[in-house]
Amino acid sequence: MFMRKSLIIASVLLSVHTVHAQESRFGEPATDADIAKRFWSVFPDGQFLPEGEGTAVQGAELFVDNCEVCHGSPEEHGIADALFGGIGTLGTDKMLATVGSYWPYSTTVFNYIRRAMPYTSPMSLTNSEYYAITAYLLSANGIIDEKAVINKKTLPKVKMPNRNGFINAYPEIPDKYKTKFD
Amino acid sequence: MGQHNKKTMTIDATDQAAGGGLLNRRFFLTSTLLTSAALASAKSAFGQEMVGQGQEDWTLYPGSDALEYGELSRFEVGRVKKLVGEVSGGRTATSAGRTPHHNLMGTITPSGLHFEVTHHGIPDIDPDRHKVVIHGMVKNPLKFDINALENYPTVTREYFMECSGNSRICYEDKPTKQHLDMTHGLVSGSQWTGVLLSTLLDECGISKDAKWIIAEGADSGSLSRSIPIDKALKDTMIAIYQNGERLRPGQGYPMRVLNPGFEGNTSVKWVRSLYVTDKPVMSRFETSKYTDKLYDGNALQFSLELDVKSVITRPSNAMSLAKHGLYEVTGLAWSGRGKIARVEVSADGGKTWAEAAIEGPVNSIMLTRFRIPWMWNGTPAILQSRAIDEFGRVQPTRKELISARGNKAFYHFHAIHSWGVDAKGGIEHVYA
Repeated sequence: MFMRKSLIIASVLLSVHTVHAQESRFGEPATDADIAKRFWSVFPDGQFLPEGEGTAVQGAELFVDNCEVCHGSPEEHGIADALFGGIGTLGTDKMLATVGSYWPYSTTVFNYIRRAMPYTSPMSLTNSEYYAITAYLLSANGIIDEKAVINKKTLPKVKMPNRNGFINAYPEIPDKYKTKFD
Repeated sequence: MGQHNKKTMTIDATDQAAGGGLLNRRFFLTSTLLTSAALASAKSAFGQEMVGQGQEDWTLYPGSDALEYGELSRFEVGRVKKLVGEVSGGRTATSAGRTPHHNLMGTITPSGLHFEVTHHGIPDIDPDRHKVVIHGMVKNPLKFDINALENYPTVTREYFMECSGNSRICYEDKPTKQHLDMTHGLVSGSQWTGVLLSTLLDECGISKDAKWIIAEGADSGSLSRSIPIDKALKDTMIAIYQNGERLRPGQGYPMRVLNPGFEGNTSVKWVRSLYVTDKPVMSRFETSKYTDKLYDGNALQFSLELDVKSVITRPSNAMSLAKHGLYEVTGLAWSGRGKIARVEVSADGGKTWAEAAIEGPVNSIMLTRFRIPWMWNGTPAILQSRAIDEFGRVQPTRKELISARGNKAFYHFHAIHSWGVDAKGGIEHVYA
């Protein structure tokens, strides 16, 4: 009896092993923690936005402490990409592409600064602080009110001025913008 | 050198330690010319010239020992990448090293000269602590480290890689005075070895509704791009070797995405997450960065496939033509869609074209070398090359490209390039 039970256990183990081998030869199951450490994406519909919230008023102070040294202020550009103004300048000789004038999705602002900023210490702030800085960038560009609370529910609803300024070029560039041989 | 010659032909009394040509042991320290010193002494014995008379030093003395990792000749040390940060943002925006094609031949770019563009610097990754996870719309989320990837059947293929910002300086109103690295240094060719992404996706059990894969890197910007599923299943690989050795840190060590023929930024380096989904993430680099601004205020997005393009790498403005006579005109052609079918060269600014010889085998989505002999008679000339790929796509003129999209696109400049040759043999970039 004991031996029979051992055999059953052995065969179950064997079959589990066989199934696993069919699924992946050398990969290992990725746990939720494995994924959470490596996956930082936030989608335009708000998918994967975290808890937390902030306002532009709170964000203004954080911006001065963490961002202004490279990005300057709404009044004066810094050495890094311009973030403010330029709305309505695309396609003109005075084109100024900024978060306000060019970026099509509000979620991208949060997504990018949370994963990549401040440049020398990315991921060093809290989710609420990243929400607050996002709120400040949107407010300083005149897109939202400075008192608006930005969180996972409100951020995806913010419509950016250049939301419709992009034309999909995959898999083909639209004929209008092709050269005669493209 | 004078000291060496003296040592070669004569041995001072102070050098002699004993008869029969024995020299002071310190002679080794004061001269490296052991052999010819011995030969010189032979002259006094037989009254003959040493047979090595007139040979260079490196022929007469044993050279240095083998190195663990070979180096360039010390005379080639200047033939390096051009390092450029984008002026708009300095180090904080982009750091780039550009391939000096005016110094190179063949179609494989040495790994150390392969162009690099980084937006958040080059991370120093311990491969034992690096894994890529594949998750999202899959049955079995899996993780792989480099040892796991090495167990799979790998594929080895030659592909060019090009930053879509290559040649963006050619959109500017006046031709640059800089060398070819500034205009065409953001394209390189390598032999890449890796595991096809389709192999790994298959093991994860990918959903039929999957349309995009969001790749994220482990750099300090966690750089992220959305890759269309048709591309991912077709030929995208997770590359782990370049030109036979593990990837360089600047090329994504220990593992990177490689999307053949797509703009370089999509080939996410240091990849650590591949999220399978039904929509693009609209990351910063696919919205505000690598999008092509058009004359009408709109912008092209997901202009992923690279265009048909070519450039003459020699002669270039890194040299001048010393005299009238026969020269070889050679350069590189490439297409993000497939093989180069033909390259034509003009010496009269595009009025007439001649078909150049193509050096085979021609690989799909790889640099292709062309060459054609040119007799320069001393009159001003404009040298151009025009590539045609296997699908009949023809490289446009600069005028045609700008009239189709405007001059603010910044990316995907792929027009015909022109070298102006003046009557003195001086060469410079021109618009023609």
